[in-house]
Amino acid sequence: MSMINYASREINCKIVYYGPGLGGKTTNLEHVYGKVKPDTRGKLISLATETERTLFFDFLPVDLGTIRGFKTRFHLYTVPGQVYYNASRKLILKGVDGIVFVADSQLERMEANQEAMQNLYDNMAEYGYDLTKMPFVIQYNKRDLPNAAPLKELQAAMNPGWEVADPAKQRVTPDPFHAGENLIEQLPGGEWIERATYFEAVAVTGDGVFETLRAVSKLVLKSLA
Amino acid sequence: MAPVGSASWSFTEEDFNSITSLLQKFLYESNARCSLLVDRTGQLVATVGEQPTFDPTAFATLTAADFSANDQLARLIGESDFNSLFHQGEKESMYLADISRRVILCVLFDNRTTLGLVRLKMKGVVDDLSKVFDLVFSRGAAGATSQPGLLAGADDEIDKLFQ
Repeated sequence: MSMINYASREINCKIVYYGPGLGGKTTNLEHVYGKVKPDTRGKLISLATETERTLFFDFLPVDLGTIRGFKTRFHLYTVPGQVYYNASRKLILKGVDGIVFVADSQLERMEANQEAMQNLYDNMAEYGYDLTKMPFVIQYNKRDLPNAAPLKELQAAMNPGWEVADPAKQRVTPDPFHAGENLIEQLPGGEWIERATYFEAVAVTGDGVFETLRAVSKLVLKSLA
Repeated sequence: MAPVGSASWSFTEEDFNSITSLLQKFLYESNARCSLLVDRTGQLVATVGEQPTFDPTAFATLTAADFSANDQLARLIGESDFNSLFHQGEKESMYLADISRRVILCVLFDNRTTLGLVRLKMKGVVDDLSKVFDLVFSRGAAGATSQPGLLAGADDEIDKLFQ
């Protein structure tokens, strides 16, 4: 739920980085914090354990520019990835406007990725949100590691697509970020499906971090339009 | 019971004025320093009294998280929620109270007043604010849809922002 303040001419939106533990959610925020100009961001708040594992959440507000005279302010949150922190994870999703799912590309983390994705669907459903109808982007992180799964495998497992029932939406929509691929397309069986926008990333070096943030912020603003 | 902090809502300048005057009266009577209204999703709604010297955005986020975490704790021990929280410091303290399950009133005070007085006066202002916010929320959906898409037709501008 975005907040529009007509007095201070601000649009505030909430973006949540979700995904399995140690996948790079906090690293994404740290990179954004390090790269944007200090006058366009607030403090990075981290509620973490002594070993720097996120306990409750990380929080970073950033200004992305002005539209129609309104300052667009994005509140970026991460959730704790470990399975047993579900209670706090769910709290952070309250009032979310856009989701970034940070998947860990390593082959042995495939199951953890899928578990986290299922958990995201479940937690969203409990709030009455439909993940397929809101700004949602997937980031495949750690692409530089030798044990990273092939992109095709990750897409098949994490982003197989959901059915598009609305006839008005049933038309081929190319993926603006990947030439030759489509976000909405018809399968050979005749069924129309839509996939989430995805990005490859190496969050520790910053590769793909801003591409992901820009894409999800744009989707959020377009959802307000 | 209404869901916590869901659905869009908006309030008018008139609502804002009545909220501000209720809080000003409360601050005067309780001798507290400052009061902040925070939405359950962590957005700062209003600040009345001394302007805070800290980062109010971070403060609002942590307040909402604090309240939500305590809500869950309440449920674990068999309560539906804790409708108020008190955090005591050496010089500065804060008192938080739920308003209509959507908004949190956070009052900051120091040793120029006492917890007893703040708590006493808080009860009244929470009741008054609940009435105002109940009215705001009952308008809720209608109010939100009466101003369709602030960014309607701004697609070009959005695209430009991300070039």
